[in-house]
Amino acid sequence: MATLFDGYATAGTNRAGRRRRAGRPWDEMFPDGTTDVREPYRELYPALARMSQDELRGRTDALASSYLAQGVTFDFAGEERPFPLDAVPRVISASDWARAEAGVSQRVRALEAFLADVYGPQRAVADGVIPAALISSSTHYHRQAAGIVSANGVRIHVAGIDLIRDEQGDWRVLEDNVRVPSGVSYVISNRRVMAQTLPELFTSMRVRPVGEYPNRLLQALRRSAPEGIEDPTVVVLTPGVHNSAYYEHTLLARLMGVELVEGRDLFCSGGRVWMHTTAGPTRVDVIYRRVDDEFLDPQQFRPDSVLGAPGLMLAARLGHVTIANAVGNGVADDKLVYTYVPDLIRYYLGEEPVLPNVDTWRLEEPDALAEVLDRLDELVVKPVDGSGGKGLVIGPDASKAELDELRTRLLADPRGWIAQPVVQLSTIPTLVEDGLRPRHADLRPFAVNDGDEVWVLPGGLTRVALPEGRLVVNSSQGGGSKDTWVLESRPLPGFDTGGLPVLAEAVAPGHRSAGALVADQASPNTQPATGLHGVQGTPIVPAAASLPGETRTASPVTSSPQDEDAPIRQQQQQQQQQQSVGRVGSEANVSRPGPEVNADGSRYAPGGRYSTDPEEGASC
Amino acid sequence: MLSRIAESLFWIGRYIERSDGTARILDVHLQLLLEDPWIDEDTACRALLSVMGSEAESEEPLGRDDVITLLAVDRKHPASIAHSVAAARENARRAREIVSTELWEALNHTNARMPHRVASDKTHEFFRWVRDRSALAIGVVDSATSRDEAWQFFALGRAIERADMTARLLATRSLTEASGPSWTTILRSCGGYEAYLRSYRGVPSSESAAEFLLLDRLFPRSIISSVIRAEESLREIDPRAGRVGVTDQARRLLGQIRSELEYRPIADILVDLTGHMEHLQGVTSATSEAIRARYFPTSVVPVWIGEVS
Repeated sequence: MATLFDGYATAGTNRAGRRRRAGRPWDEMFPDGTTDVREPYRELYPALARMSQDELRGRTDALASSYLAQGVTFDFAGEERPFPLDAVPRVISASDWARAEAGVSQRVRALEAFLADVYGPQRAVADGVIPAALISSSTHYHRQAAGIVSANGVRIHVAGIDLIRDEQGDWRVLEDNVRVPSGVSYVISNRRVMAQTLPELFTSMRVRPVGEYPNRLLQALRRSAPEGIEDPTVVVLTPGVHNSAYYEHTLLARLMGVELVEGRDLFCSGGRVWMHTTAGPTRVDVIYRRVDDEFLDPQQFRPDSVLGAPGLMLAARLGHVTIANAVGNGVADDKLVYTYVPDLIRYYLGEEPVLPNVDTWRLEEPDALAEVLDRLDELVVKPVDGSGGKGLVIGPDASKAELDELRTRLLADPRGWIAQPVVQLSTIPTLVEDGLRPRHADLRPFAVNDGDEVWVLPGGLTRVALPEGRLVVNSSQGGGSKDTWVLESRPLPGFDTGGLPVLAEAVAPGHRSAGALVADQASPNTQPATGLHGVQGTPIVPAAASLPGETRTASPVTSSPQDEDAPIRQQQQQQQQQQSVGRVGSEANVSRPGPEVNADGSRYAPGGRYSTDPEEGASC
Repeated sequence: MLSRIAESLFWIGRYIERSDGTARILDVHLQLLLEDPWIDEDTACRALLSVMGSEAESEEPLGRDDVITLLAVDRKHPASIAHSVAAARENARRAREIVSTELWEALNHTNARMPHRVASDKTHEFFRWVRDRSALAIGVVDSATSRDEAWQFFALGRAIERADMTARLLATRSLTEASGPSWTTILRSCGGYEAYLRSYRGVPSSESAAEFLLLDRLFPRSIISSVIRAEESLREIDPRAGRVGVTDQARRLLGQIRSELEYRPIADILVDLTGHMEHLQGVTSATSEAIRARYFPTSVVPVWIGEVS
C-alpha cells in the first residue's frame, strides 16, 4: 500500500500553490490533502494498492503491446506507437453519472432542435434568442444543408460532448462535437484490453458495459433511413487508410457488420446513391460518414475533393439517402454558439440546463473584449471553429510576444475567438515516470440519437494530459487515455445491461459480465501497417506487334489499377482530422520523400498527371 | 461484396502467383547461363527480358546481374518480383478488413524482407525464398479461408496468372533455339519433373513434356488445368446458366482457348510454340480485362471545377 501511492499527496500539495490563481484542482480519487479515498474508488484502491509499482508498470507494458499487435496505434513522428492507455481506470459513481448523462442528453436534444431551426424556420433568430449574424458568420454553417431533413428528423446521430469537472467537482461542458466526433473505438477497445490485462480490478465492482454501442448506433442509423425501405443498407464512409481514425472506421464497420466504403466506391445516379459491388450496383440508404462536410460532395463543396461522391447532397435533398451526421452540424460546434446553448435549452426545451457551461466571454461585445484584453495573461483564448485544443492559447503559460500577437489577432477578428478563465481540470492518479501522480483529465461521453431517445454510452473516453500541470489533453500533445467505469446503481445481480441480455444473464454477477461482454467485441485482426509505399501506377506497354526472330516481346505484364490520384487522396485523407480525440498524427505525419513514381502509364491516368514525387506518408 | 475489395483480392492472387512464377523462370534461365559456356549472354538475357514482357533500355551488353537487378529486386520495374510483392501487400492493405491477419502478416513480412540486391552466389537461395513465401501466403489462404466470393476472386486471379506464367515459361524453351533450357530443367523449375516421370515413365521427350505442361488435366501447374480452374471460379461467382451459350466474355475467352488447346494436335502447337504461347498470354490479359469490365467497374474519376466568380 505504501509504495504505489507514495508521494501522491505531496505532489498534489506542491502543485496546488503554484502559479495559477485558480483554486486547486479536484482530485477524483483523494479528497483534499488526506489519504482518504473517495467513495467510487473505495473498492478499486485496495486492489491497486496491493500491486507494486513494477507490477503495474508491467501491466501497462502488456496493455501497450496488446494494442500494438491489434493495430490500435497512432503515428508519432513517423513512428508507430500504441494508443496510450493508463492502467488506472477512472471510476464514476452512479449518481455522478446520472447527472452527466441527463445533461448530455438534454444538450443533444437542444442542439438537435437548434439545428432543425437553423436550417429551417429560424424561429430562434426571429425571437431574438440568438443573433442572425452569428449563424451566418459561422465557418461551418452551410446553406447547402438548408431544407435537408432525414426521415425521422435526426441530424445528430452521434454526439461527443466534452465534459470536465471543475474545482468543486461539478461537471461542466467544455465543448460540443456534433459533426463527426471520434474516439468511441478507443472506449470499446480500452475496456476489452483492460478486462484482459487487469481482470482483478474488475472483480469487486459492477461496471456498466460499453459493448452495446455498435448495436445502438446501427439501430439509430437504420431508423433514420428514408421512408418505405424495409431493410436499409447502411455503410460507413471512410476517407481511406491514410486517415488517422481509420482504425475506428474499420472497427465500427466490423462490429456493425456493414460495408466500409470509400468515396470512389459510391456513385450517384437518378438521385440515388449506389455502391459498386461484384453483383452490380447496390443501393445505399444510410451513410454513416466519417468524411468532413467540405469533402463530401464536389458538386456542392470543395470541387477538388476525391473523397466524396458527386451528387450525394442532391440524393439527400431528394430524401433518397440519409447522411449521418447531417451536413452543416458544425454550426452547433461553433464556440460562440456554445455560449448561447444554455439559452437555447431554455428556449427550445423549456428546461433549466443540467450542466453549466464554462464561463465564457463573447469578444464581440466591446466591454467583454476590453476586459479580456486587459486580463489576457490569466485567461484561455480559443478560436471558435477549432476543436480539441487547436489554436488554443493558455494565458499564464504564454510568453509576452505570444500574448502581443494574440492581442492583435483578437482586435482584428473578435468573432473568431472566445475567452475563458483557466479551469483546473480534475486530476486522477496516473502512472508516469515518478510513479502515480495526479494528472488533469477530461471526459468525452458519446450519445446516440435514434429519434425517440438520446442514449448515452456509459462512461466515454477519458483523456489525460501526461506532462505535469498540463491542461491540454490531446494525444498529439502527449495525452493518454483511461478506461472509464460507470458504476451500476442497483446493487443486485440481474441488473439491466441494455443490449446483449443473453450474455449478461449467462454471467450474471456484474463484474464478470464486463469482461465477457467486451471479450468478443473488437476482434484483434487489425495489424499495424508498418510504413507505406507511394502507390505506384505502372506503365502498361502497348501490346507489341510480333517481331521476327528472337527479339520479339511477349505480352507485357499487366498491373492492378492503382490510385492514380494517390498523392492528393492521401493528403486529403490526412486532413480529415475532424474532431478526433487526439487528432492523433496530425502533427506527427511527417512527410518523407517517397520513391520516384513511374506514373505516366497508369491505366486510368493519361499523360503523366503527376510526375512529381508523391509523398510517402505515415500510416494510420 | 464491394468491387474495390474484390479487385484487390483478384490482384493479390495474381501478384503472389506472379512473384512465384517469375522466380521460377529466372531460376531456370540463370542456371542455364552458368551451365552452358557457349551461350551468348547478352542475347540470352535480352530474350529473357522480352519473355517477361519488358525490354532493356540500354544498348550495353546485358549480363546475369542486370537481369537479376531488373526482374528480381528493382522495385520500379513492373515485371520484377519485388514490385509484385509490394503490389500484393499494397492491395492487401486496401482490403485490410477482408484479408485475414495471417495473410496480411505473410505479405507484409515478405515485403519488409525483400532485399535490395542479391549477390550472384545467392540467387538460387533468393528464388527459393520467394517461392517459399508465395507458398506460405497461398497455403494460409487455402487452409483458412471460407470458400466464398472473396476466395473465388483470389483463386481466379491466381489461375489466370498461373496460365500466363506457364505460357511464358514454355516460351523460354524456344528462345535461343538450340540452346534453350532443356525440358528437364523447365519441368524441374515448376516442380513437375517427378510428376512428369511418373506419368510418362520414360525418357523426357520434348513432345511429351510440352504435352504435360500444356494439357495435363491433373497437374495443377499445367495451362489447361489453370484455365479450367479459372472457369470454375467464374462459374462460382456467377452461377446463373442461361439457355443460350455463354454470355460472360471472360468465360467465352477461356472456353475458346481451352478448346483450342484440347482439340489441337500437340505437334501443331510445337511447330510454333512461342507463337502459341504469345497468343495464350494475349488471351489471359483479355480475360483479365473482361473480368475487370464486368466485376470491377470504375467510373472515371470526375474532376469538378469550381465556378470562378
